[in-house]
Amino acid sequence: MKLDQAARALFLTEFVSAFFLSMRYLFRPKATINYPFEKGALSPRFRGEHALRRYPNGEERCIACKLCEAICPAQAITIEAGPRRNDGTRRTTRYDIDMVKCIYCGFCQEACPVDAIVEGPNFEYATETREELYFDKERLLANGERWEREIARNIGLDAPYR
Amino acid sequence: MAKLIIDGTEVDVSPDDTLLQACEEAGAEIPRFCYHERLSVAGNCRMCLVEVKGVPKPQASCSVNVRDLRPGPNGEPPVISTKSPMVKKAREGVMEFLLINHPLDCPICDQGGECDLQDQAMAYGVDTSRFAENKRAVEDKYIGPLVKTAMNRCIHCTRCIRFITEVAGVPDLGAIGRGEDMEITTYLERAMRSELQGNVIDLCPVGALTSKPYAFHARPWELTKTESVDVMDAVGAAIRIDTRGREVMRILPRVNEAVNEEWISDKSRFIWDGLKTQRLDRPYVRRDGKLAPATWGEAFAAIKAKMDATSAGRVGALVGDLASVEEAFALKGLLDRLGVASLDCRQDGAALDPALGRASYLFNPGIAGLEQADALLIVGSNPRAEAAVLNARIRKRWRMGGFPIGLIGEAADLTYDAQHLGAGPDTLAEIAGGRHPFASVLKAAARPMVLVGQGALARPDGAAVAAAAAKAALAIGAVKDGWNGFSVLHTAASRVGALDVGCVPGPDGLSTNDMLKPGALDVLVLLGADEVTVPAGAFVVYVGTHGDRGAHRADVILPGAAYTEKSGIWVNTEGRVQLGQRGGFPPGDAREDWAILRALSERLGETLPYDSLAALRSALVAAHPHMARLGVAEPADAGTIAALAAQSGVPDKAPFVGAVGDFYLTNPIARASAVMADCSSLAAGRVQAAAE
Repeated sequence: MKLDQAARALFLTEFVSAFFLSMRYLFRPKATINYPFEKGALSPRFRGEHALRRYPNGEERCIACKLCEAICPAQAITIEAGPRRNDGTRRTTRYDIDMVKCIYCGFCQEACPVDAIVEGPNFEYATETREELYFDKERLLANGERWEREIARNIGLDAPYR
Repeated sequence: MAKLIIDGTEVDVSPDDTLLQACEEAGAEIPRFCYHERLSVAGNCRMCLVEVKGVPKPQASCSVNVRDLRPGPNGEPPVISTKSPMVKKAREGVMEFLLINHPLDCPICDQGGECDLQDQAMAYGVDTSRFAENKRAVEDKYIGPLVKTAMNRCIHCTRCIRFITEVAGVPDLGAIGRGEDMEITTYLERAMRSELQGNVIDLCPVGALTSKPYAFHARPWELTKTESVDVMDAVGAAIRIDTRGREVMRILPRVNEAVNEEWISDKSRFIWDGLKTQRLDRPYVRRDGKLAPATWGEAFAAIKAKMDATSAGRVGALVGDLASVEEAFALKGLLDRLGVASLDCRQDGAALDPALGRASYLFNPGIAGLEQADALLIVGSNPRAEAAVLNARIRKRWRMGGFPIGLIGEAADLTYDAQHLGAGPDTLAEIAGGRHPFASVLKAAARPMVLVGQGALARPDGAAVAAAAAKAALAIGAVKDGWNGFSVLHTAASRVGALDVGCVPGPDGLSTNDMLKPGALDVLVLLGADEVTVPAGAFVVYVGTHGDRGAHRADVILPGAAYTEKSGIWVNTEGRVQLGQRGGFPPGDAREDWAILRALSERLGETLPYDSLAALRSALVAAHPHMARLGVAEPADAGTIAALAAQSGVPDKAPFVGAVGDFYLTNPIARASAVMADCSSLAAGRVQAAAE
């Protein structure tokens, strides 16, 4: 037993094997990426920041059916609705999401009959205060405009599985 | 009784029942769209199909009478199946046909979540449609400011037409075209004229007729439902207040067979927008001729300063039309402690005296009891404007036949045939004296009724008219063993309750008309009394909810709670004690009225002995035990009608004038409501009903 220990100490076997282990990892491809300059791939089903979409002609998709509000398990969505002033169609007058409450389950986009509320690919919207995470309709529509290309692509990619 | 075997269980039902009712009795659920218990049978939706043994085709159970079913060859009872594969297939087929032309717009439909078609498509339909062609498109119709139409959704059940024709009695709606091209319309795109038209919204099994003021504002699942009582008229219809947060979103009827069946008037249903506007949300005190916002302490101090400088004989109080019994009782308690005798709940000066017994001011036969009557004399009343739901009940009785109706007062379209006998007390005297031909009609009836309206009582000679009406009732035999047909129709929800707790002038007190004479009083407390003109000179304390007539005249305004914002007892015109529940909270600094009176009493040094609503109720019940029997209309002693008839006085010749001028604008809440203002101007013909 002692002989065994002595031999290992003499020939530095542990030192050598540790050296080769670190060398092997040194030349392997890197597991980390250089965030924020590089980003990992996201599934089309990724559930990130919410957005309210518009039709290509600029018309709001949301029809104020309130199904997202009803399904939301965290009760993060608040909607007030009424007939729109110019044409009397059913529209929201208020559409708020409390992103602090939101658990990103994606039920809202599942419930939406017109693909208006979606969870887009964006996840970089950390803020310094809680108040900034209380999204209103304006913010959600702005998100929709900013991310429309990616959102439309993701919905298209996921469509065959629905 | 007829024996039937329904789904294997034998039941015994009345041969007058329809097969659908028999199936319900046996516990089977029958889907239906066109069938409604209170309407005639149409049999056009075909959803209620059941299988009758021996009949080759499925039968529409709503239009098959039990007595029409044949027994088996050996006399065995008819066998009905509601769950067989044939019935299932038939229902699926009917549902598929109904959905052919029904648009898939549930997400934008206000009926979504409480839709019969949605529910029954889930329960009895199939998941796909084989219909690939274009759906029918129908133009939306304008049928008034209350009911919104989306005629693509109509499934032609004709419930709305049958309701308007049969129950409301104003046949404005009808159908044109046949089959798929059938359209429900008011023919000329004008507004419906019924004051019960809101009920078609509830009757419509789909979203074709929805509420216009409520359009798109809320979903049924996000509303908190509170069961309460309506105070727009003295009928006390059972209502459900739907609130979201603090806001009342809509008002719906509840079923109460004894009072309103399942109808409510448009004023009860669409009043809710008036609860949000013109509200008094903080106390005001008049300074240098202008009302200025104040704190509760300042308002009470102003009242105390004035009261201290005034003798009890120069103080008076009026109870308004919407006050609950608790408030009236608390006000009376406070005034008794202060030694004030001038208290009156008869804002219109109606000659109703609780000293003559409860029977002298109640609708004695009861609203449901009206159906037992077999002749009716209406005196100085227009039930259609004063109590629209009760008018529907009169019409229901009239439709059964054998119900002659005479009318003394203003001639009006009451939706049923009423013989106009005369305009004033002269005719009433002729009836009482048996000199009028209609008197013999009334005498020949087994259970005649005399309905006395406030138009007959709220006039200087009201007491004499009441006596004459009682005399007439006695003369025609309307008051006898087991039947008291003398009925007073009130217009104010608070009136009977306030009379019950004795809100009438004490021994040396002044009545309403005397209080309103210039220089009669120095301090006048108005508990939501807005229908009076207060002369200059008096210091007016107004406890109420809306910036209406009373508040404009007031020197101190104490903001109170509206009927949806407090729990209270109201007694309807037949003496039924009903409890209203709180649906929301009053705005801002406003408080419940009894609490205001309690706080004021402490400031005035005469603290009322109750600190909570429960304590107030126990005091009320201790003083007036019948207030504890909720939902019960206690019959009053009919013997006192003779005492009423024995009252002296000769009525003058002036014709009776209706108590309700404008059905839509009878109280401060209605006057604050934009919807009611629309309806009122439409009714007055000031606005052309332009098609949308």
